[in-house]
This record gives sequence, C-alpha cells and structure tokens, in this order.
Amino acid sequence: MSAVINDIEQGEARPRRLRWRLDAGATISLLFLLLVALLSIAAPLIAPYSPIAQDLTNTLAEPSVAHWLGTDDLGRDVLSRLIHGAAASLFSSFLAVGVAVALGVPVGLLAGFLGGWTDEVISRGIDTLLSFPAIVLAIAVTGALGIGLVNGMIAVGIVFAPQLARLVRARTLVVRQELYVDAARCFGASTARILWRHVLPNTVQPVIVQVTLLLAGALLAEASLSFLGLGIQPPHASWGAMLARAYQNMEFAPSQMYPPGLAILCTALAFNALGESLRVALDPTMKHR
Amino acid sequence: MATQARKWEFVWRRLLQTLPVIVFATFVVFALLKLVPGDIALTLAGDNATEQRIAEIRHLYGLDRPFLVQYGSWLWKAVHGDLSVSLLSGEPVLTSILRSLPNTLLIVAIALLLALLAGIPLGIGAASRPGSLLDRGLMTFASLGVAVPNFWLAMILVSMFALERNWFPTTGSVPLGENPYEALRHAVLPALALAAGGMAEVARQLRSSLAELLSSQQVRTLHAKGVRPAVILWKHGLKNVSVNLLTVIALLANRLLAATVVVEAVFAIPGMGSLIVHGAVHRDFPVVQGVVFTMVLIVIVINFTADALYRVVDPRVRS
Repeated sequence: MSAVINDIEQGEARPRRLRWRLDAGATISLLFLLLVALLSIAAPLIAPYSPIAQDLTNTLAEPSVAHWLGTDDLGRDVLSRLIHGAAASLFSSFLAVGVAVALGVPVGLLAGFLGGWTDEVISRGIDTLLSFPAIVLAIAVTGALGIGLVNGMIAVGIVFAPQLARLVRARTLVVRQELYVDAARCFGASTARILWRHVLPNTVQPVIVQVTLLLAGALLAEASLSFLGLGIQPPHASWGAMLARAYQNMEFAPSQMYPPGLAILCTALAFNALGESLRVALDPTMKHR
Repeated sequence: MATQARKWEFVWRRLLQTLPVIVFATFVVFALLKLVPGDIALTLAGDNATEQRIAEIRHLYGLDRPFLVQYGSWLWKAVHGDLSVSLLSGEPVLTSILRSLPNTLLIVAIALLLALLAGIPLGIGAASRPGSLLDRGLMTFASLGVAVPNFWLAMILVSMFALERNWFPTTGSVPLGENPYEALRHAVLPALALAAGGMAEVARQLRSSLAELLSSQQVRTLHAKGVRPAVILWKHGLKNVSVNLLTVIALLANRLLAATVVVEAVFAIPGMGSLIVHGAVHRDFPVVQGVVFTMVLIVIVINFTADALYRVVDPRVRS
C-alpha cells in the first residue's frame, strides 16, 4: 500500500530520471569530443608551432618528423593549425547553438504556454523561418551583419532557433495540461514561476538531444561559411578556412584537404552519435529497440 | 464524388494557409536589410560615395519613409518581378537570377534523381533483411552522409576524377540548351557530391517506414495466411510506403537546394550559390535579397505541392 502511495507521490510531476547507458559508439564519441575539447583549450601549450608562423622556404611540405602533417602553402604547420582550428570551430559551434537556445527556448515556451493567437502568430513565424534554406539565410544574415566568425555564427544561431522553438512549444503544449501545473496555479504561482519551475525542466531532455545534434549542424555551417570566406578571416585558422586554402592548392597538394576534412567529419559524426544515443536513452518508447 | 470535392477543398485551404507564410517570408527577406548596422544608405552607396549619391540611394530605397511603407513598396515591386538592380553591376537582379537559376536547378535535379535511383533499392533491400550486412552498412553510410561536409566531398571527387584522371571537367557549367552532353558532363561531379548524403537519407527513411510496416499486425496476418514474403513486400509494403516517399522527396529537394550553395563554389558554377555569396561578400544587398526571396519561394512551392499531392494521392487521408 505504502509503495502505491509512494508511486503516486513521486508520480509524473518529476522529470524522468536520466538513465543513460553508453553504447560503444556513444562512448567513443564522448571520448573523442573530450579529446578535441582538451586539445582546443590547451592549444597554445600542445601545438608544436604557432598557427600563423609562416616559413616560405618550406611550403606544402610532405609530412615529416618536424611537421607531422606537413606544411600549408605559406609554410605554416598543418598540425598546429588543426589544433588551433579546433578551438575556433568548437567555439563557433557552441556560440551558434547558444544563440539558438537563447532565442528558441523562450519563444517556444511562450507560444506553447500562452496558446491562442500568440501561439498562432509564433507558430506561423516558425513555419516560415523553417522554410528558408538554413545556409542561404545564414549567408544573407552574415552579409547584412558584416563578415566575420562571430557574426556568421550569430546568423547560424538565428537560423537554428526556430527548430528549438518548435520542439519546446510542442513539449510545453503537453506539459501545461498536466495536473501539477493546475495545482501550482491553484496555489497562486505566477506564470513566470510555473514556466520556470514546472514547464522548463520538462523540456530540458528533448532540448539536450536537439542541442547535441545542432552542434554537428553548426560545425558544418561554420565550415561552410569559413570555406566561402564569410566566416573566420585570415590568418586565423578554423577547419573550414583550412579547407578553403586546401581548395586553392588542390592541383599541387591534394593531400592538404584531408586533415581538416576528416576532423570536421569525425567531430560531426561524434556529435550526431551522441545525440542519437541520448535520444534513445531518453525516449521510453525506444527502449525495446 | 463528395470525397473528391473535399480533397480539393483541402488543397484550397492549404493554399490559404500558405499565403501568410509567403507574406511573412517576404517580410523576413526585406527585414534583412534592417540588420545592417549603421546607416544603410552609407553602406549601400559604397566607399567614397558623394553626398548626392547617398541622398539618391536614400530616395531610391525609400529610406526616408516609414518602415512599413518601405516594405509595402518593396513587396509591390517584387510581386511585379522588379527585384531592384545590383549595386555592383547595375544589372536587374531578376535577370541575374534567371541566368543563374537553371544552373542550380540542373544540379539539384540530377542529384535528386541519383539519390532516388540509388536510395530506393538500398532502402528496400535493407528493410527486407533487417540486421543484415546491407542493413548495417546502410546505417553506417547514412550517419556518414549527414556528417560529411558536401563541399569537402566535392573537393575529393574533383581531386580524384577531374585532376588525377581527366574524366570530368574541374569547374564551370554549360547551359543545357546549348550543349546537352557537355552540360551533363559538367553537372555529374557536383550532383554526385550532393547526392551522396541524399541517397543515404532516402534509403534510411524508406527503410524505417518499410521496416515499421513489415513488423505490423497487418503484415503478420498476411504471413499467417501464407502469403509469400515477396508478395507482401512488393504488393503490400511498397504500396503503403510509397506515399511517404513524397514527403522524403520534398525534404530532400529542400536540403539539396541549400547544400548546392556551397558545392557550387567548389566547381565555380555560376548558380544561385555563387550569386548570393558574391553579393554577401561585396555587400550587394538587392542581389542577396533577391536570391533569398527566390529560394524561399521555391521551397514554399515544393512544400505546398508535396502536401497537396499527399492529400490527393493517399486515400487514407480524409479530414
């Protein structure tokens, strides 16, 4: 009997505890991402050379003991640029997704919770923004804000925000009909408090999954923008910018495109694998897959 | 008869719902200009502009009038095909777009075709043998497909098939009407670079909807009645799943349309991507607005068509 009461008390008011068993893919992904994060934080200590130190007597060199991954067309050490580029690429991914969360989550909460014409207008807006091809809109916003890595990633964040808003809105629509929300209102809780204490915690789990997946998207978007010359500006390195230089020297040194390309591929792959693993772990209907 | 009427009623209602999206989209396109920090007239006029030129620009763009009036007059002109002129070349934006669009559409169309031609058989194969080598290989390929930067793939293809072996041209494009053979030869590598991810996406979507159906009660009953698995797959499975393909095709077309923007840069194809990138780098806003406007209109039309077709084709959708 007491167990039953206990069950009822613990009921659905609390968000389901995260029980996340890492599968092999997710473990490797997590370790890889931690390694990349560590490398980018400690870049100045670890990188053997300065990422912008040129050596015009030793350009486009093959990999050697002195330069593990060779040198680029200005004689800069590719490995050092790759390590420093990791910092730029990761930072910009987190910046973009941070902007997307800051814009998307509150808008989604308000639309879902207030309902009525507010929801109608916001939902139409979300639909519309989702119709824009993301990278095209990001290029346009970057062009308007002014070229540069930070502006570019703010643009990507703005473009990603509607995806989060839609997700949070859908979750909020479900949560706001729960009994504990009615109960909280009966006790005189303000809308702000209900949103903060009861609705927001329930949207956290799907948002975490989406954020992980968006990080991969942001990484690819940074690479695209920097490749097109709209992101990070020379002489600084990001993986996309390294690919842009590799492109210019493709005829003489095709191997230049592989280190940054593989770095982007592996990191995006790791974010995606982690996101999918989290999605499965958090979705009760997928437990028996 | 009555259901037929209801179907068309749905299409009309859907069209009415699409209108606000289009209007809002045009508003977003116009508002892009407002993101420019500082006095837009100064930016639009470019460096070393005279006072007179700045005043001209201000008048030309109606910057001295209220925001909504500016928007209204811009929209009015845009609806009539006047997307203003390029600040750099003075060419009407619509002319530039009409010249670039066919190049982009050709690549997207070929990529879409390739993705479907390869993706559909792969998806069917994987769904009919869940857990097989093909199935697992496909899932790996699909996760690679969404994580690989298309333009990097494009670079690898160029390096392997255009620089090392002279099978395909490295850059440029030829109009289809001028020389169909050369046009296709120029489009193969860009389309391949685009299609790889799309193919994985088609296969994965088809596999998951087909696999779900094949494990349903309905199919289990068919098995119990002794219907051969091949008949179940082809007659019952594909018939039910084919409608989902419409959604996948629309999704894919949208994604390819976006991805081509960066891939075009690798092949120096004078398409929509090159147009907007050049416009963004040189702050040629009418061109940027024109390209975004065209792209979003295309996406909205694709989505509407897919949605309407879906309702008309699928007998299960009644409401």
